[in-house]
Amino acid sequence: MAECRGLGHSVQRKEDARFIRGQGRYIDDIKLPGMLYLDIARSPYAHAKITKIHEDTAMAVDGVAAVITGKTLEGFKLAWMPTLMSDQQMVLPVDTVKYQAQEVAAIVATSRYAAADGAAALEVDYDPLPVVVDPHEALKPGATKVRDDKESNHIFHWEHGDADGTEAALAGCDTVVEQKMHLPRIHVASIETCGCVASWNPVEGHLTLYLTTQAPHAIRTVVALVTAHLGLAEHKIRVISPDIGGGFGGKVPVYPGYVLATAASVVTGKPVKWIEDRSENLQADSFARDYHITAKLGSKNGKVTALKLDTVADHGYSDAAANPSKFPAGLYHIATGSYDLENAHVSVDGVYTNKPPGGIAYRCSFRVTEAVHAIERMVDLLARENGEDPADFRLRNFIKPEQFPYQSALGWEYDSGNYGAALEKAMDMIGYQDLRAEQAEKRARGELMGIGISSFTEIVGAGPSKTFDILGIKMFDSAEIRIHPTGKAIARFGTKSQGQGHETTYAQIIAEELGIPPEDIQVEEGDTDTAPYGLGTYASRSTPTAGAAASIASRKIREKGRKIAAHLLEADEADLVWEQGKFYVKGSPDRAKTIQDIAFAAYTNHPQGMEAGLEAISYYDPPNLTFPFGSYICCVDIDRGTGLVKIRRFVAVDDCGVRINPMIVDGQIHGGLTMGIAPALLEEISYDADGNITGGNLMEYLVPTAMETPHWELGETVTPSPHHPIGAKGVGESATVGAPPAVVNAVVDALWHLGVRHMEIPMTPARVWNVLNEHGAAATR
Amino acid sequence: MSSHQISVTINGEQHTREVEARLLLVHFIREELGLTGTHIGCDTTSCGACTVLLNGAPAKSCTVFAVAADGAEVTTVEGLGNGGLHPVQQGFTEKHGLQCGFCTPGMMLTSKALLDENPDPSEAEIRWGISGNLCRCTGYVNIVKAVQRASELMKENSDG
Repeated sequence: MAECRGLGHSVQRKEDARFIRGQGRYIDDIKLPGMLYLDIARSPYAHAKITKIHEDTAMAVDGVAAVITGKTLEGFKLAWMPTLMSDQQMVLPVDTVKYQAQEVAAIVATSRYAAADGAAALEVDYDPLPVVVDPHEALKPGATKVRDDKESNHIFHWEHGDADGTEAALAGCDTVVEQKMHLPRIHVASIETCGCVASWNPVEGHLTLYLTTQAPHAIRTVVALVTAHLGLAEHKIRVISPDIGGGFGGKVPVYPGYVLATAASVVTGKPVKWIEDRSENLQADSFARDYHITAKLGSKNGKVTALKLDTVADHGYSDAAANPSKFPAGLYHIATGSYDLENAHVSVDGVYTNKPPGGIAYRCSFRVTEAVHAIERMVDLLARENGEDPADFRLRNFIKPEQFPYQSALGWEYDSGNYGAALEKAMDMIGYQDLRAEQAEKRARGELMGIGISSFTEIVGAGPSKTFDILGIKMFDSAEIRIHPTGKAIARFGTKSQGQGHETTYAQIIAEELGIPPEDIQVEEGDTDTAPYGLGTYASRSTPTAGAAASIASRKIREKGRKIAAHLLEADEADLVWEQGKFYVKGSPDRAKTIQDIAFAAYTNHPQGMEAGLEAISYYDPPNLTFPFGSYICCVDIDRGTGLVKIRRFVAVDDCGVRINPMIVDGQIHGGLTMGIAPALLEEISYDADGNITGGNLMEYLVPTAMETPHWELGETVTPSPHHPIGAKGVGESATVGAPPAVVNAVVDALWHLGVRHMEIPMTPARVWNVLNEHGAAATR
Repeated sequence: MSSHQISVTINGEQHTREVEARLLLVHFIREELGLTGTHIGCDTTSCGACTVLLNGAPAKSCTVFAVAADGAEVTTVEGLGNGGLHPVQQGFTEKHGLQCGFCTPGMMLTSKALLDENPDPSEAEIRWGISGNLCRCTGYVNIVKAVQRASELMKENSDG
C-alpha cells in the first residue's frame, strides 16, 4: 500500500501544478460570451453634495452602453446595502459623497477601455461640505456630522471586564505605566485586487456571480436577502469563488462594485465584469486597524496585576467591519495576552469620519493584532519600570503550563499553552545574552542596536455557535467526503483557500484519518452549488473548523467501513482493529481489508439492509476557540544618519498545535511575518485635513519587497489543542499578529538610553530620524 | 483612435493583429491572445505581476504599449516550460516558492532572466534581482530558495 502521508509530511502542493504553468483561473481570467465591462467614476471630494450628474457626457463616449447612478438604484431600493455590523453603506450615493474615491456612478461599456473612457468623461457637479478626518474631533460637540441618518458621529460604545475592580487594582499597584498608541489605517493589498463577473439569465431568473470572495456561501445568503424584493431567490443564485490571488480579510466584505456589476447585468441582460484598479483597491476597499489606544498596565511586587485599554476606533463613514455579530470590537478582549493577571477592562468607542468604511482584518483574527500590540508594548514598558529585563519579566509573569485550561480575566478559556518554552527557545536560537552583551559594547561606541520581544497569544477558529454568528448564521464549517468505488475520493468544503494550500492540507487530514493517499483525494471549494454550506476562510478558522469537519466526516466513513469490513471478513465488528488504511481481525493481521477494498464493496457487495455508498458530511461546531501562541525576538540596527531601521535578525518560535504540512506552515509564518513588519516599518494609509488620501497607490503605500524583508529564522514548539480532533490550532495569521510589537520594542530598546519610551508606527526613516534629532542623537555628518 | 498592425512573436509563435495605439502589451497578451497566465496587480508599474520577457529581458507589460512590441520576441509563463517544466518552475514547486500563485508567473520570469545573466547568484543578488516583483504571501524566503534550487537544476542540466 502506498504511504499515506498524512499529518506531519511536507507534501508538495497539489494546486501548484496549475499555478506554475499560468493556468490558475482568477477572476479577471473569466470571459463570458457577450460580456460587458464596468468601470466606476469616483469622488474627488471627501464630503460633498452631488448637485448634478451629467450622464450624457459618459453616454457620448463610443462603446458606453449604460450609466448607473444612485438614483437608478434608489428605484430598486438598492442605493444602500447592509454591512455585516448592522450598519449600512451606499452602493452609490443618491445625493452626498462621504469620502474621497467613493463610488459615484457606474459606466458599462463594450470594452474595458471604453468603460474607463466613460468614467473619465463623466461630468459631475459637487458642492463641497466640511470634512472631519480626526475621530477625536468627530466626537466633540458641534463636529461636522458625517451621517445624515444618525444622531451623532458616535457609532457604538462597547466594554468588557470589571471596570471598578480594574481601577481599584491599578490604584493598589506599586508600578503603573501608561501609554497612548495609534495603530494606523493599513490595507491588505493582496496582489490580486477585487472583482466580479455577474451573469444574469432572465429566462431562468438565475444569477451566477463569479466573485473574489473568502466567504462564498455567506455572500449567497446576503445577496438573496437584499434582493428578495426584486424576485431573486437563494436557489437561483450561484456564487463561484475562483482561484483567489490573496485575501487576508480584504475579500470578506461585499463591495459596491459587486452589486453594481449585478445590477448592470440585470439591466443589460448581459454578463458584466468589474475589476478594480490597484488605486481603487487601496483607496476605497475596506481598511484595517485605525485604533487609537490609551493603555495602562500595573504591577505589584513585580507581578502584573491590572490592564486597562480605552480605545477610539475610526470606522470611516460606515461600520463595515467583518466581525462576528456579537463582537463590535472583534476579539479585542484577548488583550490580557500571555500573562496571568486578574483585573482587566477594555472599552472601544466606534466613530464615523469622512474616510472609507471598514475595520476589517489585515491577516489577523478579529482585532487581535491591536490587542497584542497593546499588551506587548505595555509589558515591555512595565518590565523596564520594574528595572527588569523584558525577557525575565515575561517569563515570571506568563500563565504557567499547569494553569491550562486557563480562564482569563476577560472571559476566555485558553485551551493549552507553554509560553515559557517558546520564549526560552527563541532566546536560545538568537543567542539573547550574547546580543545583550554586543548591544552594551555598541552603545558605548555610540551605535544604535536594539532587541525586542513579543510573546503573543492568538485566538482563532471562530467559533462556537453559542456565541459566534455572522448576521445570525452560526460560525460552523463543513466537509463533505465521497469515496468512489475505486477508493479515490472527492472532498468539498465550506471554506475557500486564497493561497493557504487547502487542496493539499485537507487531503492530508483525510489521508491521516482514512489511509487514502493525498493524491487520490480531489479537494474542491468555492462553488456554492456543489460545496456544503460554511462561513468561509478568514481569522485562521479553516483548519480549526473545516479541518476538524474533515476529520469527523472521515471518522464517520471509517465507522461505516468497519461494518462493511466485518461483513467482508465474516468477523464481528468489535473484533476489528483499525490501522491506518485498513481493518484487520484482532490477532490475525493477515485477515484484513483495505479502505480501497471497503470502498469497492460499498458499491458492489454491501451488507443486506445497509445503504450503498461511502460518504459523509460534517458541519463542525467547535467547542471552543483555539489559542496559538509564540515568542518572537527581533534584532535591529538603526542608522543615525538616515533613521533607517534594519532588521538584522528575526527569530520566530510558533506553536500552532499539531502541524499538518510543516512546509505549508512555515510558508504561512514567513508570509505572516512579512505582513507583520510591514505596518511596523512601511505601510500606512494616511489623509490630509481635507480628507485627501496621501497613500493611495503602490508608489506611496510601501509593500515590503525582498530587500526590506529579512531572512526569517523559524522555530517551533508543539502544544496540541485538547479539543480539536487532530490537535491543530491554525497558523495563517499568528505571525502578522505577533511581529509588529517585536519590531517596535526593538527600536525603543535601541533608543531607550536616549530617553525614548515609545515609537508610533510605521517607523519610517523620517519618523525615526526626527526622534533621533529631538534627542540629539542624529548623525549630521 | 489610430490603429496599427503589429506582429509579435509570443512563445515562439508569431501573431499579427490590428491594435489600438494605446493598447497595453499586457492586455494584448491577455485579451487578444487569451494567455491569462500574465497577471495585473497594480497601475503604477510597482508590483511586477505582469512581468514578461521582452527580447529576453524582464519587462512590466502593463507599461509597454503593444505597438512598442512590434517585431519583438515575448516569453510569457505559458512559454516557460516548453512542454515540460523549466528549472525555475521546478524550483518554485519544490521549495514552496508560491502560495496564491498570482505573482508567481512574473516572479518566475524575472528569476529566469536573472539566472540567464547570473547562473549562480548569491542570496543578496537574488533579493535585489526580484525586488521589482511584489509577493504578499511568501515573505520571499522560499522564493530565494526556489531560485537557488533552479540554479542548481540548470547547472545539473548543463553538466548532464
